[in-house]
Amino acid sequence: MFHLVLFIIFAVICVAGALNFLLQRHPVNSALSLIVVMGSLALLFLLLGAEFVAAVQVIVYAGAVMVLFVFVIMLLNAGVEEKTRGNKVALALGVPGLIAFFILICWTVSSARSQLGRVSIGDFYVPTQQLGIALFREFLLPFEVTSVLVLIAIMGAVVLARRERQ
Amino acid sequence: MLLTDENELDLTHYIIFAVIKLAILLWLLLTAVAYIVLMERKVIARMQNRWGPTRVGPFGLLQPLADGIKFILKEDLVPDSVYKPLYIAAPMIALILSLISISIIPFGGNWNLGGYNIPLQMTAFWTGAGIQDINIGLLIILGITSIGVYGVALSGWSSNSKYSLLGSLRASAQLISYELALGLSLVGVLILSGSLSLRQIVDSQAGSILNWHFFGGFQFVAFFIYIMAAYAETNRIPFDLPEAETELVAGYHTEYSAMKFAMFFMAEYCNMVTVGCLATLLFFGGWHSPFDGLNIPAPGIWLMISPLFWFFIKVFFFIFLYIWIRGTLPRFRYDQLMSFGWKFLLPLAIANIVVTSLVLALKS
Repeated sequence: MFHLVLFIIFAVICVAGALNFLLQRHPVNSALSLIVVMGSLALLFLLLGAEFVAAVQVIVYAGAVMVLFVFVIMLLNAGVEEKTRGNKVALALGVPGLIAFFILICWTVSSARSQLGRVSIGDFYVPTQQLGIALFREFLLPFEVTSVLVLIAIMGAVVLARRERQ
Repeated sequence: MLLTDENELDLTHYIIFAVIKLAILLWLLLTAVAYIVLMERKVIARMQNRWGPTRVGPFGLLQPLADGIKFILKEDLVPDSVYKPLYIAAPMIALILSLISISIIPFGGNWNLGGYNIPLQMTAFWTGAGIQDINIGLLIILGITSIGVYGVALSGWSSNSKYSLLGSLRASAQLISYELALGLSLVGVLILSGSLSLRQIVDSQAGSILNWHFFGGFQFVAFFIYIMAAYAETNRIPFDLPEAETELVAGYHTEYSAMKFAMFFMAEYCNMVTVGCLATLLFFGGWHSPFDGLNIPAPGIWLMISPLFWFFIKVFFFIFLYIWIRGTLPRFRYDQLMSFGWKFLLPLAIANIVVTSLVLALKS
């Protein structure tokens, strides 16, 4: 019961942040809403008991990646999004289509309700030490491949940002 | 989850004690911040062979009170072209985040008052077998440091002035660059103590002064890196280019006046206190006395107060170190600052991790 209340609160904050992210016209407001989404995702992780993942989500995603987003918006001085004239056909087809899609998803999930498990607070708690051991023993290959991927991204960024040699 | 010796749910007691601890800690922290400002002015004045504030109260001791009244009564100018929501929210973000860290810091062991076991830490409770505190305390403090960048970044942008924008961009770049060195320098301590919980890190340094991570753990390189990265994170000399008066008018808090400016000020000094607390917890044995190994007999009341006493002495020394360095060193130029963080501190921190883990692997 307690878990359900907490989950609903944080999930509502998350979805509200995501909707605000789409509906805001100024990029900085969108970036801040995305930070709220990241924070509430970290809280949802914490509710499941994955404390390390929650902390790292805050440190890396909300604290570094989003800072760079905000940097770019500030540097490029991105202004307010201009309002364009909407497309009436898209509105007439899109909104009922979206509602139908949403109803389809809800119906599919609720008809398989009996096969879905239950989870309570702190079910997936793993001491950080075990997480580290698993990461460097069973999941060593994905870890190394991911780090090579990140290295390639860094090299690409350095090449793109290099000053042109005249 | 919350169990006493008699296996009862102790939620009301926990909440009452937490609220009392919160009131005491908050009052202590804000008073300390006010008096650290006075201490800085006096100490730097003495280093420059002059008095500091001496007029207000005996030895200038009521100067923070006068400053506080001044800040409250000053006119709060809000320029027309600022982006109001972020302009007002940015100093609040900075101050709130710097005040939160004090809740995770343990000041001592356990006090047994009238049958109730009260751990000297806000986010800890007493289970039948000991004190249970947050498993990831160190990561939470790093997370708070990461989010604290927003207070600086958003204040400069929302002020709608070129000096503020430049200052805040420089400050944010500096902050995120030195966060890496800060985090990596703490990994050596993590390897030695085997836990992210601040209480367990201090417990792994119990025994004698040789068990402290700085001495027996040989983490002096990590301490050096930590101190430098922390000085950059708190925007203090020699890394205070973003708020240097002679360079950028006043950097990201140019357009702020009165209470909002005071909030940035308070946030900076609160961050200094947090850095000092972390340095004592992680490298200097926390609340353990340096005379722990020699069994000096002590009365019971001293045993209760001695953790607090030693903790505050050590934190006081680190804050004095901050002020000492401010009075002595000139500031870095911006490109020197960035190359120092990326090309020197980061490789050195990684080297420290490698050496520490090698030594530990070879020992066992």
